[in-house]
Amino acid sequence: MQRPPLDRAQRLALLTDMLLIRAFEDRVTQLAHEQGRLPGMQITCHGQEAVAAGVVRALTPEDVVVTNHRGHGHLLARGVDPNALMAEIMGRRDGLNRGKSGTLHLADPSRNVLMTSTVVGAAPPLAVGAAFAQRYRGEKAATCVFFGDGAAAEGSVHEAMNLAGVWKLPVLFVCESNCWAGAQAHREHCPIGRIADRAASYGMPGEAVDGNDVEAVHEAALDLLEGRRAGHGPALLECRTYRMHGHGEHDPQHYVDKAELAAWAGRDPIVRYAEVLRRDGLLDAVEPLAVHASGIVDAAVAFADASPYPPPEEALEHVYANPIAREV
Amino acid sequence: MAVKSMGQAVAEALGLALEMDANVFLAGEGVGASIHVNPHLPTFGLLERFGPERVRDTPVSEAAIAGLAVGASCMGLKPVVEVMFFPFITLASDMIVNHAAKLRYLSGGLSNFPLTVRVKSGAFSAGCQHSHYLEAWLAHVPGLKVAYPSTPADAKGLLLSAIFDPDPVVVIEEMPLYWSIHAEAPEGDQRVPLGKARIARLGADATLATYGGAVHVALKAAEMLAEEGLSLEVVDLRSLLPLDTATVLASVRRTGRFLALHDATRFCGFGAELVATVAEACHGELKAPPRRVAAPDIPVPFTPPQEAFYKPSAEAVARAVRELVRG
Ligand SMILES: Cc1ncc(C[n+]2csc(CCOP(=O)(O)OP(=O)(O)O)c2C)c(N)n1
Repeated sequence: MQRPPLDRAQRLALLTDMLLIRAFEDRVTQLAHEQGRLPGMQITCHGQEAVAAGVVRALTPEDVVVTNHRGHGHLLARGVDPNALMAEIMGRRDGLNRGKSGTLHLADPSRNVLMTSTVVGAAPPLAVGAAFAQRYRGEKAATCVFFGDGAAAEGSVHEAMNLAGVWKLPVLFVCESNCWAGAQAHREHCPIGRIADRAASYGMPGEAVDGNDVEAVHEAALDLLEGRRAGHGPALLECRTYRMHGHGEHDPQHYVDKAELAAWAGRDPIVRYAEVLRRDGLLDAVEPLAVHASGIVDAAVAFADASPYPPPEEALEHVYANPIAREV
Repeated sequence: MAVKSMGQAVAEALGLALEMDANVFLAGEGVGASIHVNPHLPTFGLLERFGPERVRDTPVSEAAIAGLAVGASCMGLKPVVEVMFFPFITLASDMIVNHAAKLRYLSGGLSNFPLTVRVKSGAFSAGCQHSHYLEAWLAHVPGLKVAYPSTPADAKGLLLSAIFDPDPVVVIEEMPLYWSIHAEAPEGDQRVPLGKARIARLGADATLATYGGAVHVALKAAEMLAEEGLSLEVVDLRSLLPLDTATVLASVRRTGRFLALHDATRFCGFGAELVATVAEACHGELKAPPRRVAAPDIPVPFTPPQEAFYKPSAEAVARAVRELVRG
């Protein structure tokens, strides 16, 4: 598809998004290792920032996002308030979801981040429903769903792609192939190298891109989303990247080959893109942008720290739209 | 007997079963090369000992894992598969509920399904897509057996019984107990039969029946009550199906009072079955109406103060017992 090249503002926005995601998650990592600061497990997208920024920046405000357990980056790129996000991760009252979600079940319908499922493989069928609603109401919008290469083994993912394919629903299935599913390397849980090759079975286009090249991701997403909104049915975009941290911050990655990790560290999407922008004369130094990002994160942590835990009895709220009277 | 953590006791049972019977194999997400390096986790070290043919890491595919167990067991193997967290049993439930539990019946007794599904349960600040006590769902299915250990010795003994049982057994293991409970557990192939409850503490004023981690909460409540001169008998059910009604009823007949305790929500929870069983059998002999102590009817919350609010505490149990005894 013909489209003018990205302008300076667009390119800087991609870098800024990635820097914010990295700064935010570096802090999450740090807090996760400080006793008692963060309840539960923490799952970050270190190394995968180019997918979040590249895909989410290609969405219109009307497009819908459905995500999974590795979703901080998707939400931040979507412009979700970092303060509310950090407070939620800490389980605080002023968190995005009033402490009910934590890191794992984030939703911000005001930004069309419709929902998160941490049941692996559950996001795609949910996205099919969202896309059905968009088409039903005659909207010119698409639904973008993120899932991992491990999730692609779940039957639900195949069923979702099949239904979307048959009904020609506007879903962009984005597979973040980060080489791991828990401690399983891609080849141990998937009989084929490229998940994108599966698209043919469901009658949809499938494309694989370098997931550490933010512009490649962004361009592919722009193209594919255009086709979805134009009524051409679903598409599958596989972003080939690498999970730089363990499955969660509690996972020391003892099973990961150190040379492989180092090779991927050399392809850091942020360092790489900053270099591209510098070469193109759009950026003198990345430091001021990084400092700005970490300032946002400092403020988010301060905001979250100032927010108390929600009162215990609030656990009774939000089970139903209209509470059912019951003895406790 | 040596003191072991509950996780080590589970690992011992698995290791022993693999050693004793070449038909036994393990499968599940991360049962081999796990992201968990804690030696108190139940499959720690087994891949190294038995190799990848018998300790099999699977893709993230609960339906396939459960189907694997059903198909392989029908061929004469003794699969022991793991469902990573209790809520994900829903993904495996077609295979477990509609197949493992029913196909023996449907075949007129020709087919056998000697399989074990280990499910990791518990609340651990991950929210309700990772924490949900669904044992009553499983216990409602004829054709399944459901075990729910509370101690290292039982975790080991019940699991061995499950693995060598001719029927499909779901064993529910509460993850937080893997680390937190250390106690003596016998060496070797010492089995705990399915369907035989254990009196965890003798008492005279009331009978409490429970299972899993809640047993420890009940024992703590019993300590507190003892200081006030109230004596609570605690029955650890160990297995929900088959259910040892005889032990429960004999105890209730001695104490004249009954309450059920569980971490699952109250409505349609397993406590309802227990209370109904006691009410039907002991109606004229009860000194007070039987009661339930259970979680409120909400999903397991994430944030720490709310998660604590969810879980029935020893204080709540003690309060209920006082009311039961003193009216
Ligand atoms: C149905 C289900 N099974 C298992 C899990 C536990 N689990 C969480 S993430 C994960 C690995 C997922 O791998 P992938 O889809 O590739 O995503 P990644 O973590 O690599 O981003 C597993 C097994 C789960 N959350 N849901």
